[in-house]
Amino acid sequence: MKKVLALAPALYIHVPFCIQKCFYCDFASRPISAPEVESYLAALEQEGRAVLASWPVSWEAPSIYVGGGTPTALRPAELERVLRVAAAFPRARGAEWTVEANPGTVDEAKLKLLLDSGVNRLSFGVQSFDDEELRFLGRIHTARDSVAAWELARRVGFSNLSLDLIYALPGQSLDSWRRTLGQAAALCPEHISAYSLSVEPETEFGRRQAAGTLEPVDDELDLALYQEAQEVLSKAGLLQYEISNFARPGYESRHNLVYWRNEPYWGLGPAATSYIGGERRTNLKKVADYCRELEVGRAPVAERELAGRELEMAETVILGLRLVQGITWERFYERFGVDLRNVYPEVIKRLAAAGLIVSDKRGLRLTPRGLAVANRVFLEFLPD
Amino acid sequence: MVQDMTSHIRNFSIIAHIDHGKSTLADRILELTGTLSQREMEAQVLDQMDLERERGITIKLTPVRIDYRAEDGTDYQLNLIDTPGHVDFTYEVSRSLAACEGALLVVDATQGIEAQTLANTYLALDHNLTIIPVINKIDLPSANPERVRRELEELLGLDASCAILCSAKTGEGVSDVLKAVVERIPPPQGKSDESLAALIFDSKFDPYRGVIAYLRVMQGSIQPGQKIRLMNTGKEYEVNEVGVFRPALTLVDALGPGEVGFISASIKNIRDARVGDTVTDAERPVAAPLPGYRRLRPMVYCGLYPQETNEYGQLRDALEKLQLNDAALVFEPETSVALGFGFRCGFLGLLHMEIVQERLEREFKVSLIATAPNVVYEVTKTDGAVLFVDSPAKLPPPTEIETVAEPYVRASIIVPTDYIGAVMELAQEKRGTYHNMEYLDQNRVLITYDMPLSEIIFDFFDLLKSNTRGYASLDYDYLGHRKGDLVKMDILINGEPVDALSVIIHRERAQYQGRQLVEKLRSLIPRQLFEVPIQAAVGGKIIARETVRALKKDVLAKCYGGDVSRKRKLLEKQKEGKKRMKQVGSVEIPQEAFMAVLKVK
Repeated sequence: MKKVLALAPALYIHVPFCIQKCFYCDFASRPISAPEVESYLAALEQEGRAVLASWPVSWEAPSIYVGGGTPTALRPAELERVLRVAAAFPRARGAEWTVEANPGTVDEAKLKLLLDSGVNRLSFGVQSFDDEELRFLGRIHTARDSVAAWELARRVGFSNLSLDLIYALPGQSLDSWRRTLGQAAALCPEHISAYSLSVEPETEFGRRQAAGTLEPVDDELDLALYQEAQEVLSKAGLLQYEISNFARPGYESRHNLVYWRNEPYWGLGPAATSYIGGERRTNLKKVADYCRELEVGRAPVAERELAGRELEMAETVILGLRLVQGITWERFYERFGVDLRNVYPEVIKRLAAAGLIVSDKRGLRLTPRGLAVANRVFLEFLPD
Repeated sequence: MVQDMTSHIRNFSIIAHIDHGKSTLADRILELTGTLSQREMEAQVLDQMDLERERGITIKLTPVRIDYRAEDGTDYQLNLIDTPGHVDFTYEVSRSLAACEGALLVVDATQGIEAQTLANTYLALDHNLTIIPVINKIDLPSANPERVRRELEELLGLDASCAILCSAKTGEGVSDVLKAVVERIPPPQGKSDESLAALIFDSKFDPYRGVIAYLRVMQGSIQPGQKIRLMNTGKEYEVNEVGVFRPALTLVDALGPGEVGFISASIKNIRDARVGDTVTDAERPVAAPLPGYRRLRPMVYCGLYPQETNEYGQLRDALEKLQLNDAALVFEPETSVALGFGFRCGFLGLLHMEIVQERLEREFKVSLIATAPNVVYEVTKTDGAVLFVDSPAKLPPPTEIETVAEPYVRASIIVPTDYIGAVMELAQEKRGTYHNMEYLDQNRVLITYDMPLSEIIFDFFDLLKSNTRGYASLDYDYLGHRKGDLVKMDILINGEPVDALSVIIHRERAQYQGRQLVEKLRSLIPRQLFEVPIQAAVGGKIIARETVRALKKDVLAKCYGGDVSRKRKLLEKQKEGKKRMKQVGSVEIPQEAFMAVLKVK
């Protein structure tokens, strides 16, 4: 039985700044301001040092992910300090190192800096190739900016690029989504994340929806758009490997696979979450609070949650089922020492009978219909 | 021996339409006579059920004994007996009035006489009470006491020249009210050396003392140790305690003729000390009980089921506990194919039903599924047998039915003349038969319709209010059962009949109501993973159909490291929501669906 704790965690660093908050975004981010960035960087370096001090010698992070916010909204010198915090952690040979980038905030110097620091994968927040949709989403860039940034990244030497798209925007037509997918595919990305817009309460869109000025998209259209993405992208050689993620074979995001396999990760920065030894810890969300705690030498943790075996099993299944390949009997048995089929016998039987999951000799996975209504499947595995 | 002091006693109640200021006037009287300090009054208000406060209505206050020194220095004992302000409790109102010699009739100077004012005044006149008209809220700019005076004279035939003008809010005129109580209301009549006869006008259950019966001694006296008999049950008890309301229960040596107080006598069950019963001396009983006793019959029934089948025992215990204090509540076990084990419960009316449901959920923490309420049908079978059906499920098959009769009421509606058309249209739509119309003055009319009670308990009052911009007031009296062309309408969900959704309706309205009901159900039943047809059927024939579309997409698009806990909590919430629904066959039905028929126009 493999001990999860023995597995080296992946590393995540959160950069909580943006030029402007997008209307759909409920991630921890703030408008960028020089003094706050400075104290953030000092605190992040402090946290990095503290974590590194207790980092077992044998641990090599399988992947690094710098997300936000908008890491590329930082000035080169600032960005470099973030990258140095990440680079200080031992990482496995050939480890994936991703940085999120906004097409409106990259230039050649920054891209070179990223590449020279060891970053080998960029994830561009493109969202759409329709300028009107981009404005509607509150994005600061145009479709042309996205293409230009993308080509620049290729020229600088990045060979593993991903882009994010959002669909099911209120008023969006199947045609406009088709155009966006076509233009995305034309860029020959290694990876695409395509997210159905989810309106969160604490966002501009959330407020508009509450006020009745934003109509949610009908789920029949949502499904049609989803199926369109699956079709167009698979034709372009990007195979679906998760509910919202598509990749050329071999280019699945290794860092994100850590999340979906419910494996350990260490998060640095405000609002960053760590999952170590079965405990989920989330750092303080407010930059000022985060900095203050580190200044006085305390861990900047806001919340801790120890899942416990029952919940850990449920989360492992729920996260694992997000993957198209699902979860194997073997992997589950290795981790928990019990057969998954014996833990949820009734649920598996019921969901399989409903045509939502497939249970074969390898493991458990969602059917195409199951992928579209995955929440209905997930709930069944939650403890009562 | 108890000294007769009836000449110094005055027993009265306050009658009024809702919101005309009854509680405020009572508070002012208590304050002015020093019966309760300001602080105690707030405490007393706080003591009342949350429910009453939230609904802004007082179901009933405890009686109060008030010491009052008149201007000439004579001390009086005033007993204020409250009456519930809702048509559901008309019988209890009548018993409370029977315990009094007089009543303050409070009318809002800005509103004038309303339906309940009429109903309550007629009740008080039936009991030969001396009525003191009190025109309240004279401090308001829109007050029109002259109009109210005219209405009192013309509509009720009361001498309004001596109506008291007052403002319970500011206190103006309240001392005149007290003076009038002493001067105009006659003292009680009975003698202490006569045989005991006391009227129970309310009763409460106390876990330590058993039933506490609230009573008015009409003649004779009652004291601890005395052997008493409750005349309608014939049961005998020995009195443990005798006391009065100050308003806290305060023990006294005895209650003499004319006095109001309480007794405890180790009576175990509230049904053994019913409102309206007569208490007499077991050794020296009166020849006949006091008039007017009647066993309360529930008018409205509904099924109550626990949300979770394993809470059946809890629900039964809760109903039993509520019944200790509520002699009008009846229930018996019932089984539904759709909802499992539950109870058929009978209530005095819709308000009574809602109160019981809310108390079960709040005080006893039982999650309930309530089916739509129905009235009691009188079914004559082809073999001549007559049965009373309190649930659509119990209606015999159509081939065995000769006739079905339903309870009718005479509804009295008072509205401004502008709304006569609207009221008549609504009453007609609700199967009402016109009875009478009477102009109260140039601007207002009293319209009476004979209507099926079932239409009233659905949404008649809400529609009446909304169709008359809130101006209409309603009261009704039970008339008896009348035959009608009534049929059972079944609802099929996903092809399966759901017994808990069946309703008895008039055949002519079946098509329309069926369409409305399935449409309503369609909007209430959330989308499931498969298409769910909803059908209404009468006698096996489908008369309406709607479909709940299948759910096409339900998935959290993103779930990365920082999202896991939060997204899991969202799923947990979703799961909670599902758990609150009732699984009927393979379909999940929210509890509101079982009351949907109430929301059908």
